[in-house]
Amino acid sequence: MVESSFEDLKVLEKTPTGIQGFDEITRGGLPKGRPCLFAGTAGSGKTLFGMEFLARGAIQYNENGVIMTFEERPEDLIKNFTSLGFDIQKLIDDKKLVIDYVYIERAQIEETGEYNLDGLFVRLNYAIDAIQAKRVVLDTIEVLFAGMSNEAILRSELRRLFYWLKQKGVTAVITGERGTETLTRYGLEEYVADCVVLLDNIVNERIATRRLRVIKYRGSFHGADEYPFLITEHGISVLPLTSLSLDHEVSRERISTGVKRLDEMLGGKGFYRGSSILLSGTAGTGKSTLAASFSEAACMRGERVLYFAFEEAPQQIIRNMKSVNIQLQECIDRGTLKIFASRPTAWGLELHLASIHKTISEFDPDVIIIDPVSNLITVGTEKEVRSMLTRLIDHIKTLGITSIFTDLIIGDEPMEKTDVGISSLMDSWILVKNIEIGGERNRGIYILKARGISHSNQIREFLLTSDGIDIIDVYKGSEGVLTGTARVMQEARMEADELIRKQQIERLEQEISIKEKLVQRQIETLKSKFETEKEGLMRSIKEKQIREEIIMKNKKKIGEMRNP
Amino acid sequence: MENGENSRKKYSTEEFEEALKKKVDQKFVLRLFITGITPRSLEAIEKVRELCEEHLKGRYKLEIIDLYKQPDKARTNQVFAAPTLVRLLPLPVRKVIGDMTEKEKLLSGLDIEIINSDQK
Repeated sequence: MVESSFEDLKVLEKTPTGIQGFDEITRGGLPKGRPCLFAGTAGSGKTLFGMEFLARGAIQYNENGVIMTFEERPEDLIKNFTSLGFDIQKLIDDKKLVIDYVYIERAQIEETGEYNLDGLFVRLNYAIDAIQAKRVVLDTIEVLFAGMSNEAILRSELRRLFYWLKQKGVTAVITGERGTETLTRYGLEEYVADCVVLLDNIVNERIATRRLRVIKYRGSFHGADEYPFLITEHGISVLPLTSLSLDHEVSRERISTGVKRLDEMLGGKGFYRGSSILLSGTAGTGKSTLAASFSEAACMRGERVLYFAFEEAPQQIIRNMKSVNIQLQECIDRGTLKIFASRPTAWGLELHLASIHKTISEFDPDVIIIDPVSNLITVGTEKEVRSMLTRLIDHIKTLGITSIFTDLIIGDEPMEKTDVGISSLMDSWILVKNIEIGGERNRGIYILKARGISHSNQIREFLLTSDGIDIIDVYKGSEGVLTGTARVMQEARMEADELIRKQQIERLEQEISIKEKLVQRQIETLKSKFETEKEGLMRSIKEKQIREEIIMKNKKKIGEMRNP
Repeated sequence: MENGENSRKKYSTEEFEEALKKKVDQKFVLRLFITGITPRSLEAIEKVRELCEEHLKGRYKLEIIDLYKQPDKARTNQVFAAPTLVRLLPLPVRKVIGDMTEKEKLLSGLDIEIINSDQK
């Protein structure tokens, strides 16, 4: 097994599998010219991996392949893979693929003395040379252990086989059944040490998810996570479909939300193109309507919108949105909108992702809506959903697609918590919340975050009218934020108060003038009284003066008379 | 191989019927696959020949195929180990793998009636 050339140390050459996503995880594919072990439980997709590796090799990379199958008959293989879109029979006819079925029936076999597996070597060698194969799949070689009793011979022969494969320079995939204590039932990982991939099929709450993990890859970086993968009508698809780096291009272009006031709240211009937006809210707060409004606006600009509905049927969405004057049917008729509806529980997480990816690549949208993203949680565990969404968002962003995710918040949970914890992945986050005042519910909207956009910090009232969405200022006063009737009532109350105050002032002013008049009148009365009194007094003064004069005259007369 | 298939067909029809009737007269068609002339191959050839002469004299056909020279035969005969002795007839097909040193196993592997040999 010890074979190391300096070339290997420099650059490890890789053989692309052509399997969607797998080459990204392994950064280029399987190690060229070396055997790889694919271990997995029954039905985890081992054979499929092997076959697709060969078929894609022959079709896409012009590398012919040999599969030595110990379990499935060639007829079955051909049939099974034709249903996955690979014309295996044609590849065989074109001498690009050889299926060698090794039939081992223990009941027919007697062992006497020493032997080796030269027969197998000869067969493999012959098949490889016949079509100059570069790729080999052994599926599942462990059947030998069931067919033959001398394990010591088998082990040494397998060691020799894998070494021989390396010498032969073929890239080999060896599949192995998952063991309980060891990776494979017969410990094949001992012999195939360059690259080991584990396949799994996990059923979680009745929903099956296939997963893949590269356990070991000598001399190469590789993604170490468990990656969900799916078996689609085009073969295997490992997620992520794109790289997990954060180097996607960003746009400076801003696009309208379709609601003028909301645009104003977002610095007057709306969202950035290619950003991801989370719309959170409790039930019935108008998340979907807002998303639909955004869709309509995008369609009006001539953009293509893909609407994933996980809650409502397309026709229902169209009807409901029509009632608030959002004309989705027109958009559909123009071919710029596509509503893709499915029940979250209908499929497993993997299939959902696959269908989303597939639909995206088929429709090539500018905007996608996922309504609601929270419904996908029912499909897997929080971690799984989170990792799936991370990849989905990454994928969408790489493509430069603007995405809106609505998120249903349940009951009393704090507004700022999103179940899937995806808010950190989002560029903008808008909350629509119910405000309960005065025996009614009203909708309040505010922007929790908007990366790179100067946004309003105000809570606004969010109205759904027959003319569409309207966002208006809420009443802000000593009694808190008021919306709906309460707001209207408060406004009326304010008006009344004002009126009363005015009236009071008027009344006071009137009072003053009345009093003034009264005083004036009193003054006048007093004055006239005074005048009369004054007149009388003046008269008596005059009388007294006259009397004084008379007395004086008389005195004088008397004096003159007494002074003789 | 085409010849082999033809012969198999031929045997499987008339001669096999006869063979069933008279077990003693059962005809054996054997093929021994070896990989190169190694001591182990030679050992196997010798043991098989010995056994045939001893128990199947006059009613067997033994063909020795070196897979290194005829690699295509490995696949068509479903051989994976070497040496391998394939009993094409009587049916069903049986295989004995190894250097044929354990005679008892070889006999049971080929399902040869020991009584026959005793009668001899």
